[in-house]
Amino acid sequence: MDYINIIILAIVVNNVVLMQFLGICPFLGVSGKIATSVGMGGAVVFVMTLANLVTYLIFNFILIPLNITFMQTITFILVIASLVQIVEIILKKVSPSLYQALGIYLPLITTNCAVLGIALLASKKDLNLIMSVVYAASTAVGFTIALVLMAGIREQMQITGVPERMKGFPISLITAGLLSLAFMGFSGLVK
Amino acid sequence: MSLKHFTNGLLRENPLFVMVLGCCPALAVTSSATNGLGMGLATTFVLLSSNTLVALLKNLIPDKVRIPCFIVVIATFVTITDMVMQAFTPDLYKALGIFIPLIVVNCVILGRAEAFAQKNRLLPSVLDGIGMGIGFTMALTLLGSIREILGNGSLFDIKFVAADAKTVLLFILAPGAFITFGFLIAITNILKKKFNI
Repeated sequence: MDYINIIILAIVVNNVVLMQFLGICPFLGVSGKIATSVGMGGAVVFVMTLANLVTYLIFNFILIPLNITFMQTITFILVIASLVQIVEIILKKVSPSLYQALGIYLPLITTNCAVLGIALLASKKDLNLIMSVVYAASTAVGFTIALVLMAGIREQMQITGVPERMKGFPISLITAGLLSLAFMGFSGLVK
Repeated sequence: MSLKHFTNGLLRENPLFVMVLGCCPALAVTSSATNGLGMGLATTFVLLSSNTLVALLKNLIPDKVRIPCFIVVIATFVTITDMVMQAFTPDLYKALGIFIPLIVVNCVILGRAEAFAQKNRLLPSVLDGIGMGIGFTMALTLLGSIREILGNGSLFDIKFVAADAKTVLLFILAPGAFITFGFLIAITNILKKKFNI
């Protein structure tokens, strides 16, 4: 498996939201406007890459040598939750402008199951450190693409006549279904 | 009074169709009714246990660090579920895969701990946990049943169409999950309006 393969697989073929159903909550929650969805996407790229790097090191250099891999779920969620806190504190000090842009989305990421999900999936695959980080980063890019696409469609949808009972979640989910159908077209792209 | 805590989660505040919490497992594992039921029961166990423990420990947990404490409680029960399922239901464990550890980040569970169990006594919290769990299980099983009937022509792995019959395969693939779930929420909205719940 070379890097191009991993990147294409993670971004379009196995798109994290539309094909693997991870991170549906932020996908439905913050896809109202393109600007906010870009902000959320940026925060996810940042945190997911960093979280995967840290969990990879912890899994391979602490959990496996000590033979306590059953503690994986507990350690990963605690690491991710505290990582998000640390990133928030550091960003606030070091780069106030970036904090302004990503700040409000950071706390939301702790409950984003895509971050924990990708860390768990990556630990099950046979990847080395760099591959694992590339995998996480491109998955997060795939998440951002899906989020921005959805936001674009939903902005248009606000000026169309949606039946009263279909407003909100139902029409968003059906739109996501059609997007997912479109993404299925990529399935033969990489062997 | 107590009974109300139990019935709340079944219909009026159904976690999936009314509050739309925990959508990730709802979409991902409901390709068959069996998987939906299994996931629902696993979630119910974690929800009941975490509600019980949080209600018992609520006076011991400092307010500022309550969220991390809740997460540790939940993650412990999820690890137990994970190991029990791996030992006793290996097929289901394989089918649900990564979504068993991901019960940790299911918003229903943390949501109930935060919104209900930490403010209420033991018995109401237990009833709330069971009610919400059953409501979630029913919703997942319904979603799984519809997708399995349309996509595979079977229910709980019992096939009722000819082996070579053509079924709407779309419904057990990813897009079918989104579309079925969307229509079910729309139907819930219509019913809520009609019966004024």
